[in-house]
Amino acid sequence: MDFNLSQEHLMLRDLYRKFAENEVKPLAEEVDEEERFPMETVKKLARYGFMGIPFPTKYGGAGGDILAYAMAVEELSKCCATTGVIVSAHTSLCCAPIFENGTEEQKMKYLPALLSGEKIGAFGLTEPGAGTDAAGQQTTAVLEGDHYVLNGTKIFITNAGYASVYIIFAMTDKAAGTKGISAFIVEKDFPGFSVGKKEKKMGIRGSATCELIMENCIVPKENLLGKEGKGFAIAMKTLDGGRIGIASQALGIGEGAVEETIKYVQERKQFGKRLSQMQNTQFQLADMHTRMKAAQFLVYSAACKKQAYVEAEMAGKKGESYSADAAMAKLFAAEAASDVTRRAVQLYGGYGYTREYPVERMMRDAKITEIYEGTSEVQRMVIAANLGVK
Amino acid sequence: MKVIVCVKQVPDTSGKVAVNPDGTLNRASMQTITNPDDMNAVEAALKLKDETGCKVVVVSMGPPPAMGMLRELLAMGADEGVLISGREFGGSDTYATSQIIAAGINHLGIEKDDIVMCGRQAIDGDTAQVGPQIAEKLHLPQVTYAAKIEKEGDTVTVQRMLEDGYMTVKVQTPCLITCIKELNEPRYMSVGGVYESFKKPIAVFDFNTLKDDPLIDLTTIGLKGSPTNIFKSFTPPPKGVGQMLEGADKATCEGLAETLAAKHII
Repeated sequence: MDFNLSQEHLMLRDLYRKFAENEVKPLAEEVDEEERFPMETVKKLARYGFMGIPFPTKYGGAGGDILAYAMAVEELSKCCATTGVIVSAHTSLCCAPIFENGTEEQKMKYLPALLSGEKIGAFGLTEPGAGTDAAGQQTTAVLEGDHYVLNGTKIFITNAGYASVYIIFAMTDKAAGTKGISAFIVEKDFPGFSVGKKEKKMGIRGSATCELIMENCIVPKENLLGKEGKGFAIAMKTLDGGRIGIASQALGIGEGAVEETIKYVQERKQFGKRLSQMQNTQFQLADMHTRMKAAQFLVYSAACKKQAYVEAEMAGKKGESYSADAAMAKLFAAEAASDVTRRAVQLYGGYGYTREYPVERMMRDAKITEIYEGTSEVQRMVIAANLGVK
Repeated sequence: MKVIVCVKQVPDTSGKVAVNPDGTLNRASMQTITNPDDMNAVEAALKLKDETGCKVVVVSMGPPPAMGMLRELLAMGADEGVLISGREFGGSDTYATSQIIAAGINHLGIEKDDIVMCGRQAIDGDTAQVGPQIAEKLHLPQVTYAAKIEKEGDTVTVQRMLEDGYMTVKVQTPCLITCIKELNEPRYMSVGGVYESFKKPIAVFDFNTLKDDPLIDLTTIGLKGSPTNIFKSFTPPPKGVGQMLEGADKATCEGLAETLAAKHII
């Protein structure tokens, strides 16, 4: 067991930190306040290879691994959770399922533009009646000659409106239950596809979260991702990977709050001494840091396990499931981030409750990590099932 | 065509500056960075690479840890690195350093359309002497303080930034240009670049590599070959609080003139 990062990872962390500090942090407050999608940052992320980190150079990726990707989301989210989730949803929920399930033609058609960041990707599974119960899909897909016709509505779709490529799930056989769900690669310009209302959210307010509407949406037959009826399996596998991205986002939010609080308590004076001199502050920060450090180990470990899985699959072997590892990483990191950011606001006192300081934003941003890409309750279900506790 | 960029690893003075009891910098306890002006030179070279597809070689003289800095420059897009490193080179002043780097560049070979780029000066010594001295030793035309560089064929047009204006100079390649921060905004490493950097070559030129160059002689390199003698180095005392006069009226101006006159400044 080696807890040391490789030379590549150390260099990447240095790059991520410099980029986040210089390019992401100065915009974080404005992006939140104005609920504005930071397109200018996405263009810079694209230029420096952030939009295709864990994919082979053959498809235009950076040739990195899952840990390198997780660390990027972590460092970006330290400064701005909105920016973190843009990269996470794009990478884990759109690029990864195409890379892992697509035909060679689909990969060559879609991955170069996605991995270079020329195009942004998104994922449409959730529906008004199918959230945690993702099997309850109402969107339908009917094969008519050389194309499928999709009808239905998706909600809470991250990157919607800014994304050009969407992985959409729909029922091709209603009678078959989860085995009747199929996955499709849908382009924003396909006839019958449109983006609906944008949600007003508590946190990650710069991230675009919208409804997707498919009204007799025409999707070419060759855009079926994987086989018919395999959509639910693709969705679950994709979410396993996505959870590592969200766990990294939560990790970054919590670590960012710890860093900001350490700076603040060394400046703020009450009762004639710095807050940092008070034992309560010291104990709080010790606990906060310890929780985030534990979260980091779980997240990095899950990332390495997914990497081993991907490498095995690429070598034509059966990879070992990392599902429970991803669930534990997300569960722990999300709950740690919520707890740590709440404590950070408390240490800041009244100023922490104002929008003049970043910790209230971090507290609002942290909450979503306990909900999206599988609630904490779903993570517990996955972990318990993995333990054989039924 | 190739662009050779000379770079130096320097202590990061934006953090805490550590000074030894004898007044010299405690380099071991400080973080290091690539000298900021050198980063502008690297960026200028990479822009030329973007435009022309030329090769960019980054050259540094220093101890083995400077290899890490060269790797970062390769991750930004440079093609090859050269680390000039050897005990014989230790303690070199600007004269000896430029002697050794010039020999290193000779070893790489300068062709008709090549350019050597340097930062204007390093933040640790602030002499701005090494670049010009390398040019002299290589018998290259030099243009210092470049704020804008345009290359067309074998002619490079450089806008020099001087204290009171700009001077535009046309120079034929091969030549040496020293760069200032106004020239450009250095790019970051890229994610893919980090991975590629480990596949790119970094050569080490030691004393044996360079010993046959006419510039290299044990009396002209290292501490022995350095004519500079440091008598004393010290941390200057902080300046006192200045006196502020507010207002744009005649009385304020007269007050200013009186104060300056009293101090014999005017």
